[in-house]
Amino acid sequence: MLRLEKRPQPSRLWTYLTPVLAVVLTMLCGGLLFSFLGKDPVLAIRTIFWEPLFSEFAFYYRPQLLVKGAPLVLIAIGLSLGFKAGIWNIGAEGQYIIGALCGAGVALAFYPMEAAFIFPLMVLAGGLGGWAWAMIPAFLKVRFGTNEILVSLMLVYVAEQLLASMSLGLLKNPQGFGFPGSRNLQQYPSAHNAELIAGTGMHWGVVAALIAVIFAYVLLNRHMQGFYIRLTGDAPRAARFAGVSPTRLVLFCLGVSGALAGLAGLFEVAGPSGVVSIDFNAGYGFTAIIVAFLGRLHPVGILMAGGLMALTYVGGDIAQSKLGLPKAAIQLFQGMLLFFLLAVDLTTNYRIRLRRKEAS
Amino acid sequence: MSEILLQIEGLAKAYPGVVANADVSLTIRKGEVHALLGENGAGKSTLVKMIYGLVKPDSGQMVLRGAPYAPAQPRAARAAGVAMVFQHFSLFDALDVAENIALGMETPPPMRSLAQQIRQVSETYGLPLDPYRTVGELSAGERQRVEIIRCLLQSPQLLIMDEPTSVLTPQEVEILFETLRKLTAEGVAILYISHKLEEIRALCDAATILRQGRNVGTCVPAQTQARDMAEMMVGSTLHTPARSPRTMGDVLLALNNLSRPSASAFGTALKNITLSVQAGEVLGIGGVAGNGQDELLAVLSGELLTPADAVQFMGQPIGQATPQARRRLGLLCAPEERLGHAAAPDMSLVENALLTGVQRKGLASRGFLKWGAARRFAEDIIARFDVRTPGPDVAARALSGGNLQKFVIGREVMQAPKVLVVNQPTWGVDAAAAAAIRQALLDLAAGGAAVLVISQDLDELMEISDRFAALNEGRLSPAKPTTGLSVDEIGLMMGGAHGMEVAHV
Amino acid sequence: MDLSAINPTLLLASLMVAATPLLLAAIGELVVERAGVLNLGVEGMMITGAICGFAIAVNTGSPILGLVAAALGGAVLSLLFAALTQYALANQVASGLALTLFGLGLSALIGQGYQGIKPPSFPKADIPLLSDIPFLGGVLFRHDFVVYLAIALTAVVWWVLKYSRIGLVLRAVGENHDAAHALGYKVVRIRVAAICFGGACAGLGGAYISLIRVPQWTEGMTAGIGWIALALVVFASWKPWRAMLGAYLFGGITVLQLNLQAAGVAIPVEYLAMSPYLITIIVLVIMSADKSRAPAALGRSFHASQ
Repeated sequence: MLRLEKRPQPSRLWTYLTPVLAVVLTMLCGGLLFSFLGKDPVLAIRTIFWEPLFSEFAFYYRPQLLVKGAPLVLIAIGLSLGFKAGIWNIGAEGQYIIGALCGAGVALAFYPMEAAFIFPLMVLAGGLGGWAWAMIPAFLKVRFGTNEILVSLMLVYVAEQLLASMSLGLLKNPQGFGFPGSRNLQQYPSAHNAELIAGTGMHWGVVAALIAVIFAYVLLNRHMQGFYIRLTGDAPRAARFAGVSPTRLVLFCLGVSGALAGLAGLFEVAGPSGVVSIDFNAGYGFTAIIVAFLGRLHPVGILMAGGLMALTYVGGDIAQSKLGLPKAAIQLFQGMLLFFLLAVDLTTNYRIRLRRKEAS
Repeated sequence: MSEILLQIEGLAKAYPGVVANADVSLTIRKGEVHALLGENGAGKSTLVKMIYGLVKPDSGQMVLRGAPYAPAQPRAARAAGVAMVFQHFSLFDALDVAENIALGMETPPPMRSLAQQIRQVSETYGLPLDPYRTVGELSAGERQRVEIIRCLLQSPQLLIMDEPTSVLTPQEVEILFETLRKLTAEGVAILYISHKLEEIRALCDAATILRQGRNVGTCVPAQTQARDMAEMMVGSTLHTPARSPRTMGDVLLALNNLSRPSASAFGTALKNITLSVQAGEVLGIGGVAGNGQDELLAVLSGELLTPADAVQFMGQPIGQATPQARRRLGLLCAPEERLGHAAAPDMSLVENALLTGVQRKGLASRGFLKWGAARRFAEDIIARFDVRTPGPDVAARALSGGNLQKFVIGREVMQAPKVLVVNQPTWGVDAAAAAAIRQALLDLAAGGAAVLVISQDLDELMEISDRFAALNEGRLSPAKPTTGLSVDEIGLMMGGAHGMEVAHV
Repeated sequence: MDLSAINPTLLLASLMVAATPLLLAAIGELVVERAGVLNLGVEGMMITGAICGFAIAVNTGSPILGLVAAALGGAVLSLLFAALTQYALANQVASGLALTLFGLGLSALIGQGYQGIKPPSFPKADIPLLSDIPFLGGVLFRHDFVVYLAIALTAVVWWVLKYSRIGLVLRAVGENHDAAHALGYKVVRIRVAAICFGGACAGLGGAYISLIRVPQWTEGMTAGIGWIALALVVFASWKPWRAMLGAYLFGGITVLQLNLQAAGVAIPVEYLAMSPYLITIIVLVIMSADKSRAPAALGRSFHASQ
């Protein structure tokens, strides 16, 4: 019978190995799922993971990886800071939407003026919008002790309704022939989040994501605030003993993750998506949660996990058009990744032993 | 000599890397109070777990009332008439007394009749209990009663008690002894685990001493000197810390009429606490756990804030100062809970050294951490305080209790505090480490610092303190010099018996 | 704007219908949380139950079988959560989220091809005599049996928690799992059983929406009701009767805002649609002052050490 024995210290080997193991297990299980759906499992896995990178059309797909990966990494970095401290921001999707709305709002307010300051102002608005939306659960938690999971989540639904209202009302394109949705920002040069290097998919959002990774790395490993975050996650009482102010930590973590999610929304609406419409949000706020855990809440890990998740999105799209694999299967696949990661994670802290059953 | 109730022959138990018990034999007679003595780690817990069916022995045998006895689980032990009151209670704070007792029974009767039985038994044995009171509101002594009543309701023939008096004032101890004497008069045998020698000499008929898993001797406590029993426990001559005569300086720390409501539902509020500690002085604060010790430390460390001048450091009001500010000034603290409060379990010793040392040891500049300096600090602590560890990168949870405690205390001592406050400095620590820690505290005082020691161990406090005060239900008694203080006086300072009644024998 | 178009009898009756899935999910989660486990996967279990129930009902023609399948589906999915948190000792928050994401994906996958299909209709229990009472008859006595089942379930759970042995043991496990273990109770087993019960209830609640209340299948049709159920448990201070009160209040708000939309009230549709979620937040804030009533071991992992 299997017994779990706590390790004297977290295992470094397994810390690196668990994400790999989780991916392998998911591929196996996913393969089973695909064959259940009547598709060749090996072909399906190849389509999802290998084709976007190395096939003859990879030059088209690879930029898509950056496009899909940037918002995931940007949001996940912000989330990971809070998750490390036990502060659960589940409403990143809502902060993403509000950031997009604020940024697009600024752009449309200036339309049709062309000026160099418009885009930076949009970026600022996007970040502030996301930050402000995250401050609601932060304030409620600090002042009343309200659970931030439920509040931030409720605000996602509120944000979705706001999005719908804006696309049909305030931000609606007056020259849009009555169709819902805003003006297309891709056609507004001052506001367009264009590709920095043509054909690579690299827009300002990608740059921001990379900066965020570096920022998070330095913060967590070299700065007092990062130390406090890690300490709060490991031993909240010791953190209070050291002098960590729970209020400031909550405000910091939720604020940063809200701002980053808002920025992701802004870069998306001003770039790859272009339009504020009812179905603008693609669930990045929730997928970013998977990315954060898959990257083991570590900046570099998140970078890699974001790439992997983007791969499943792009590969999933290919599989959908080429093999008729339903989109929901990819969603399930991503959920499985998180499941396996959580299950395999115990090996970092526990050793599995075969033991004869003892008395009691 | 009454007849033998339980005979244990050659019992042994080993775990990977450590031998808990080796060839232990002992005899318990009916109606006898039999003490089981030994240091932390001597094997008392394991032996007793084997008797109670929580652990299976590797070899040896037990004979209860002439028949072979090998309980596979506690249920079997209870059915055979063996009951146990653990040191750490298995109680549910949010439930009431009757519900708690029902949970500890195999087939409890319906609530109403159970409540009746509880009232009856508790009255008879002098431990009156209201079955409908919420357990979370009871004092430590009353909670122990719930545990005892739970055992008594099953009419045991052997009652095992693990360190029962660690949560009682001297007067409450007397009441417990009366109850135990009544039980033994009815023929119940008691296996009494303790390391409190004077109590054992007062209560017990026989004593077995364990050291490093072996039975190193039996004696009749009333006829043996405490010092001799202690030496059998430790195996060498005891070394009492050197207390050099010191001159007292200015008052460095003062609490002025401090009152603070509790932070949590089941905590203790502090009421009108006034104390002062001078440079070079060791002030000992005694008291049974749960009377406000954690809250007192929290108020001093800065985890709980108070009106500014309720706490004064060198004359300055610091009641509103953060822990970081207090450390910069020179007020350091070492909490009771090693893992989770004083140190983060999954973080390395280097990171734990940073936890409190960052301000005074200059381990950060403008927020950016200096890992090299932190590592050197951790290495210094390990070297100076003889912390047994493969290195400073080991996680705190990998260290043994004694070594971690040495690290935690050493971390504060090596920051050259002006005032040091420690809560239970040698709890759960082996004798050698405990002596080293006590010596370090005395040396610190000799160097001109003011030291405040909060502890449940009265012997320890008498050994190292210059003055003594007692914390009782959130109130502090006035401090008295330790020389010439009697056990009775101490007991009264700790609140007497809190209105508990003696057994109606 | 025509407020007179709102029929009070219909309003109150539809309130009970709207509250039922919420009540079922909340009661299930209440039991789980009293045992000390925080299962955030209610949304995932509900939507899985919704599709399982729908699919089985359509394929077999029996809505009752559909409901049973839904409960089973929710319970089986919750076993994944149980495996993660009780055996693999994973973080409960992350596991609950994983369950929700997984459940949403799974239901979307299974639901392919069931869009637009009408499920077999569900009989209404027209209780003779009682349903003829003016006004009250229409409000209370003409519902399908699941509405009454939910109320009965609330009563049973209340009684079991308060007066029975198994209820006492469950509460003890939720208060202090170490002490319960020391007393010989099988903490893990009890928690797994509670989690399965919660899953079955959530599944049943989800199927009620897809089979009876709407009734049809759309991807993501639960629209956050599982999260509201979680908030409801907090609102109820972990007490069954208060959960019922809360469910009816929320059902009321949902139904009211729909009716106001239909009556053409001047507030834009989106803002009315937001109201249940905003009110949930307000309720959570008001209830957070009462934190001391939560089961003490809620959310903490249990690992029996030797």
